[in-house]
This record gives sequence, structure tokens and C-alpha cells, in this order.
Amino acid sequence: MSAAPMTSGTSLRAWLLSDTPTSRRQAGWGRLYRLWCDLRANPLAMAGLITIVLLILAALAAPLLAPYSPDAQHLSNHLAPPSAAHWLGTDELGRDILSRLLWGGRITLGMVVSVVVLVAPVGLIVGCAAGYIGGLPDRVLMRVTDVFLAFPRLILALAFVAAITPGITSAIIAIALTAWPPYARIARAETLAIRNSDFIAATRLAGASRTRIILVHILPLSLGSLIVRVSLDMSSIILTAAALGFLGMGAQPPSPEWGAMVASARRFLVNAWWVPMMPAIAIFVASLAFNLLGDGLRDVLDPKQRS
Amino acid sequence: MSGRLRTLAGTTASVLITLFGLTVVPFFIGRVMPIDPIVAILGDHAPPDVVARVRIELGLNRPLWYQFWIFFRNLIHLDLGRSVMTTHPVLHDIGRYFPATFELATAAMIVATLIGVPLGVLAAVRQGTRTDHVVRVFSLAGSSIPVFMLAMLSLVVFYAALGWLPRTGQVSVVYDGIVPRITGMLVIDAAITGHWNTFYNALLHLVQPALVLAYFSMAYITRMTRGFMLDALRGEYITTARAKGLSAARIVWRHAFGNIWVQLITVLALTYAGLLEGAVVTETVFSWPGLGQYLTNSLLNADMNAVLGSTLVIGIIYVFLNLLADVLYRLMDPRVR
Repeated sequence: MSAAPMTSGTSLRAWLLSDTPTSRRQAGWGRLYRLWCDLRANPLAMAGLITIVLLILAALAAPLLAPYSPDAQHLSNHLAPPSAAHWLGTDELGRDILSRLLWGGRITLGMVVSVVVLVAPVGLIVGCAAGYIGGLPDRVLMRVTDVFLAFPRLILALAFVAAITPGITSAIIAIALTAWPPYARIARAETLAIRNSDFIAATRLAGASRTRIILVHILPLSLGSLIVRVSLDMSSIILTAAALGFLGMGAQPPSPEWGAMVASARRFLVNAWWVPMMPAIAIFVASLAFNLLGDGLRDVLDPKQRS
Repeated sequence: MSGRLRTLAGTTASVLITLFGLTVVPFFIGRVMPIDPIVAILGDHAPPDVVARVRIELGLNRPLWYQFWIFFRNLIHLDLGRSVMTTHPVLHDIGRYFPATFELATAAMIVATLIGVPLGVLAAVRQGTRTDHVVRVFSLAGSSIPVFMLAMLSLVVFYAALGWLPRTGQVSVVYDGIVPRITGMLVIDAAITGHWNTFYNALLHLVQPALVLAYFSMAYITRMTRGFMLDALRGEYITTARAKGLSAARIVWRHAFGNIWVQLITVLALTYAGLLEGAVVTETVFSWPGLGQYLTNSLLNADMNAVLGSTLVIGIIYVFLNLLADVLYRLMDPRVR
């Protein structure tokens, strides 16, 4: 940033964009605001972000928005095409597809959030610790991630779920088990890049413990790359969860999870295409939105990779 | 020379360790399973003395490390156990189903490369223009779309609406079992033995699953090609070439592309490995008799030997494709040599 912009910005904007922040807090918020400005300039990323916010709101407000109960069967009106009464039609048991999609959004988004909450902190801490400590722990960790990365994610998740028992919880655990190695790798790479910096040496000389250096000084700096990776990974997590549901290894049929909905409606594809297609479109929209946002975030947070 | 030998030894060692680790994962997945393996074999009502005998025969009374040793020893002798579903040894089943997956994945790979690479080059040459954005959205959509959705779309359009392509399977029932099994890849076997009707029919059956799988992997190929090309086009030798007055096509294809195709080979090998994952879902939708469908069927029948065996084999293929990518890169890039 060269000079502070001379536009008629509010005082908040001026405070955020100040070239001489007076506190750490101001500098931090200013940095976030600049990133936000960069991101806002990318229409595709904004489209992704808005879609995600709408999806989350729709899932949260499912009880208010859903016109019918997701389980209410109406057998005389099964496989009905989209109409004013049922915007997206009804499924093989006459259940309203729109209502099921809204409720199912809670499951799909809930699974994604659970996986990320489980995986990101573990990957971050393990990667940073291994990168900083080095030596044998580091080599062991890298071999372990190699092994996990040696299986395609879906296939390893399938084997895990088959061994536990098919269901949402098992699916979350299985996806989490397959998702952590890349995070650990990224955190490690970031750590290796900064572990020999002068400010780390200075902190060490000042008597900071290893734990403190890792948690307070290294971990926050690795966060940016991790966020990019997480947002790009979200779409892959959604697709894996949906594929597990589709193959009958994730959420089980009465549940309105999107992948499971596609699986149970697949046989009506030729006669009533909207029944399996609507949940598939929902999965596609959610996954595309996360990809668009992740792509934009990568450009903003990681200009090195900008292409 | 000793440097290269050391690299080679290092790579070999790390591959061996990874392969060993690969065997540990399925073993432990098998042990966390809540199903008692003895009940799975004998059923619920086996007399207690038989249960006790089988427990000893299977070594389940021994400590875990000893059980792993047995598992590992069997593995070295290429014994992955028997599939409950087909009653054949798992490795025999995998040998039967794998060629179909190989056929499908290779067809998909050819299509993905032929379309993905030129698209990536085009997007890089026209960076920032509308063409670039269209290609970007097209490839982002490819990495966002669930494979089963693409498969269903294709069935609705090409089978149900237009009637151009057959529905599912590897070949129509009429032609089933006519061609002698040579490679296991029906299209190739039919061509070798001159069964041209079967060849044509099998080829038609291959189109849909191959295209679906190709789009799935094209996204990554396009994106990487674009990135490599952008880097290459920024090189000073490109400016030189332009200054010499060479044609645009010659600069793009000979000077820029000529410098990235080695990197691309690595990407292609990795994509090929990723196809195995897409194949599981694609084969399920199109009833394609490959390893992916074998895996799904075993999953639904709780046939753990088959599940773990195929997982392990897929993992090993994956590791070797990665290794192949690495070796090819070393062999072909003069800068690494």
C-alpha cells in the first residue's frame, strides 16, 4: 500500500487502511480488510461466497422455509413433476423434494464442518510441530502421510466405513482420517520456510519455550495457506460425502442427505429425472461454490501461486 | 553417478516403506471391524468347539503382531484370502475385473488429454480474455460436479432422449461371451480376434463411461497445463523467439509447449491414478464390470477380504503410478538429469 486512499471513506475505512497502525489489533484488522477488498474484486469468488452464505442460511432456517415435513409421505402423489405446490416435485414416496433438500443441507454442511473442525487443527499442530522439531518425528510423520496419501481418498474412506458401520458418523470419521495428511504437509512446509528466520531465533534467545514458539509464532503464520487449502478441500469433502451416500456407505436412506437421496431415486432417472437430479444439482452447486471461493481466496492469500 | 545411485536408493527405500505402510492400513481396518471374522465364516450357530478350532487355525488367539505377521506372510505369497461373495481367491477376482477398469481409465485418459491439454494451452495464450474465463469455469465445473450426476445427465441425454448410445454394461447381451478372453479388455480382444460387430458394440458401450470419467479428470489437466504454459510464456527465450519473428503457433507449440510437456507427463500419471477413484462411482452407475464395481459389490455384501484386497491393490497401483511419474520426470527432463 502506498499512500492512504483519499476517497471519501468513512472514518472506519480510514482507520482500517491506515499506513501507520497504532496497535496490533488495528494492523490485523487492516490486513483482513485489504484481503476482503481484493476478494470483493473477484466476481466469481463473490458468487461462490454468496451461494455458500445462502446455503448455510437455508439449511439453518430449514424448519421455517420447508413447505412440508421432509418425511411426510403422500403416496397418491408420488414422482410428481415440479409444480406450484411442489416446486421441485415429489419423490417415490410422495415426499416434497424441496423440503428434503433444505433439511438435507443441514446434514451435508454439518458433515463438512465436522470434518474440517476435526482435521484442520490436528493437521496444523502436527505439521508445525514436526516441521519445527525435525529429525526422527518429522521423518516418521512424513512416511505416515505418504501412506495415507497413497490411497485415493474415496477408496480409503469406503474401506474405513465398511469396517466400522455405514452411517453419517462413520462417514465423518472416515473422511477426517483421509483428509488430515495434506494439511499436515502444508503446515510443515510453511514451518520449514520460517523456522530459521531471525525473529524465531530472537524469540528463542529471549527464552521462549518450544511449545510457545510453535503455538504463538509459527502456527499463525501457517494459517493462510491452510485456509486456502481448506476452502479448496471443502468441495472435495462434499463430493466424497455425497459419493459415500450414493454408494450406500454414508447416510442411510430415510435420511434426506443429498447423496443418499440420489442413490434411492436413481432407478427413476429415465421416467422422473428430477427426483435423482435435484439433490445432485444441490451437491454440484455447493461444491462449485466452495471451489469458486477457494480459487479466489488462493489468488488473494497466496499471490505466489496466482496464475 | 554416485549421487544418482543414492537418489535411486533413497526413492526405492521410501517406496518400500510406503508399500509396507500400505499393508498396515488394511490390516488394522480389518481389525477394528465389529463383525467377528469367525461368525462371518461359520455363521451364528456353530458349535463352540468348532469356533475354538477355527480361532486357532486363523491365529486369532495370538497377539496382534503375530496376526499381522501371518497377514504379511500371506501377502508376500500373493494370498489375499478368499472372497465370500464369489468364493474365488481375491487376487483371482481382481485379475478378472481389473482389465475392464484399465480399458475404461485408458480411454478416459486419452480423451481427457486430447481435450484438456489444448484447452489449457488456449487459456494460457489468451490469458484474461473471455476464452480464458470460459475455460476456467468449464474446468472448475469439472472438479465440482459429482461423477454420478454427470453419469446420470449423460444417460438422460444420450440414452433416454437421443437414443444414440446404449444404456449400461460393457456389451449387449447378444454379443456376450462370444469373444475369447485374451487381454480382458473387450474392445481390444474383439479387434484382435476380428469380431467386428462385437468390437463396434463394445466401443459404443465404452463411450459414455469414458466421457464421464474424462471430464472428471480433464479439469485438473487443463488447470495444470494453463499454469505451466503461463510460466513458460513468461520466459525470456519466448521474447527472443518473438523478436526473431517466429510465427505465433511455432512459439506456442514448439518453444513454450516443448518446455512443459515433461512436467505434463507427471501430471498425467497423477491424473491416471486419480481416475481409479472416479472409476468406482462411474462403474457403479454404468454397471461396468471393473474393479470399482467389484469393490462396491463387496462393500454392500460386507465381503471384507475383497474390500481390503482391492483397497490394497488400488493403493499399490497408485504408489507405482506416482513412482512412474517421478522416474519419467527424471529420465526426460535434461535439467534434472
